Amino acid sequence: MTQETFVVAFAGDDMNVVDYAAERAAKAGAKLHLVHVLEWSPYSFLTPEELEQRHVRRRNELARAQGAVIDPVLKTLAEREIPASGEIRYGSVVDLVIDTAKSTGATMIFVGRTTSSSMSARVFGTVSLGLAQAAPVPTVIVP
Amino acid sequence: MIKTFLASLAALLSFLVAPAAFAQEDAGGIDATISAVVGTVTGPFVSFIFAPLPGTSFPWIVLWLVVGATIFTLYFGFVQFRAFGHAIALVKGDYSDPNDAGEVSHFQALATALSGTVGLGNIAGVAVAVGIGGPGATFWMILAGLLGMASKFTECTLGVKFRNEYADGTVSGGPMYYLTKGMQERGYAMLGRVLAVLFAIFCILGSWGGGNMFQANQAHAQLVNITGGEGSFLSGNGWITGVVMALIVFGVIVGGIKSIAQVTEKIVPFMAVIYVGAAVIILIGNASQIPWAFGQIFEGAFTGLGIAGGLAGALIQGFRRAAFSNEAGVGSAAIAHSAVRTKEPITEGYVSLLEPFIDTVVICTMTALVIVITGVLNQDPETGLYIWDEAAGSIATADGSSGVELTSLAFGTTISWFPYVLAIAVVLFAFSTMISWSYYGLKAWTYLFGEGKAAELVYKLLFCLFVILGAAMSLGPVIDFSDAAIFAMAVVNIIGLYFLMPIVKREMHSYMARLKSGEIRKFKH
Repeated sequence: MTQETFVVAFAGDDMNVVDYAAERAAKAGAKLHLVHVLEWSPYSFLTPEELEQRHVRRRNELARAQGAVIDPVLKTLAEREIPASGEIRYGSVVDLVIDTAKSTGATMIFVGRTTSSSMSARVFGTVSLGLAQAAPVPTVIVP
Repeated sequence: MIKTFLASLAALLSFLVAPAAFAQEDAGGIDATISAVVGTVTGPFVSFIFAPLPGTSFPWIVLWLVVGATIFTLYFGFVQFRAFGHAIALVKGDYSDPNDAGEVSHFQALATALSGTVGLGNIAGVAVAVGIGGPGATFWMILAGLLGMASKFTECTLGVKFRNEYADGTVSGGPMYYLTKGMQERGYAMLGRVLAVLFAIFCILGSWGGGNMFQANQAHAQLVNITGGEGSFLSGNGWITGVVMALIVFGVIVGGIKSIAQVTEKIVPFMAVIYVGAAVIILIGNASQIPWAFGQIFEGAFTGLGIAGGLAGALIQGFRRAAFSNEAGVGSAAIAHSAVRTKEPITEGYVSLLEPFIDTVVICTMTALVIVITGVLNQDPETGLYIWDEAAGSIATADGSSGVELTSLAFGTTISWFPYVLAIAVVLFAFSTMISWSYYGLKAWTYLFGEGKAAELVYKLLFCLFVILGAAMSLGPVIDFSDAAIFAMAVVNIIGLYFLMPIVKREMHSYMARLKSGEIRKFKH
């Protein structure tokens, strides 16, 4: 029997999602795959200076996210002997978490509950709501 | 190095200040003085660029642009029509590797380049073209836009191919680099270096002229227009508008207040949509007159319909204003496009050919149709010919206005409050174009003088000074200098493009062969 994969949509500060997913993974003998998405649209507008700097900034953003977000969590999970991997992606969070779940053959997605009451969240919805509506596998919204 | 351009700066300022004493005696007011002094300084340069061909009244520079765009169109087998669909697919991201997400996309490079070209050229420049060249100028403007797509394709491909990628990951590209490196590759290293230096000099002048003075001038004109015209407190005091705009520009390019530039970059596309939307509403409201308007455009293109200069007058104005608006062949857009992340330089060429189409074929034509349809150009009801105003040197208009005021008048005849929206749009367009051109000019400046804070500060301060000069001067000398500086860039750039176009053709054939064989495929998104 192949090992199950749980995808964790990790925003960077919601450790309770990782903890809960780790707990479930330990019980199910599953491995975790963290996805940290840096919001990005190829249709946003940039100034000429931003165009020039974009490649450098992307490199720095990836390095920062790897060092400050993904690596510490993977280290913690390794100490708890939970097999885990992680990746950083650019784009829309909901789309990319779903894409990752499909590409890794995940059986479950874990995501934190968004507490934002901003206008944009009301108008466009939140990540957790988006995943609850569109995810191809069972999705756990961790409060 | 610093000493060199400080000396140049001192020379320039003394050049500007010295004749001021004489002008002050003749004309009253700061604006008139500035206009007279700068007009005198730039006069010889303008005269050279717009010198007529021997025995004719046809400026050689217009022929240069027409011939250049035609040669590129033929050489690349009408690439602007054959690759139009593929260009849209590239902008949509169909061929973008998902692993490159977060890098500069084709859409972003196109949008940034467009923010540098869509501006007062589309609003005020078209009014100048139609006002002087008659509706027929629109025909030549559209033709110039269509031909210019091939020029833009050529220069933007080269911009990416020969850009500099530095160790820290930043990129710099543009004609300075492809003229140097590309010409060296073709065995003309010395000529390439000379052309690159000349281009850089003209690019700096262009950034002060079309990318700055013309924008400030017409933004001020529209502000005067909506605050009471002749009776406005701003009338004759363009330097006030200039100082305010210069302070904001200073805040961005010297003070590093990026939020202003970022907000502008985000608002401008919406202003463009509002502008085009208003034009569409007016055209729909006058739908029955559209065939008549196109009739005027075609008839005027070959007869002139009473304007001075007839066919040649319409053609000159059409090509002149189209080149100013879409900058095809000028080389400026290659600087913005060169930042895109792609393994295939030719793809950026394809994307860039959409620029003159959007800028000139769509937006400029909209403006021209609104001006023609709303009847703000005076026509003799018996002959149908346009009434020429000798004193103004243009077609007589409903209230004697020209430039941006004429466009405002045309829109205002149908949507009374639109001039106020237009004023906001004009200021934002002017501002975004200035930000883009300050970057282009700075790239040229650092190519000549090297990178360094002191060197860059001198350029930026001069840029701010020219904002004030542009707002204070009258339209005539501003538009002459702006055109002359931008067309001078085109002279140098197009010479280089003739030498380098075989490289682009090679890239094009290789890419198309791989596209056809399926080696280059769409990505699933």
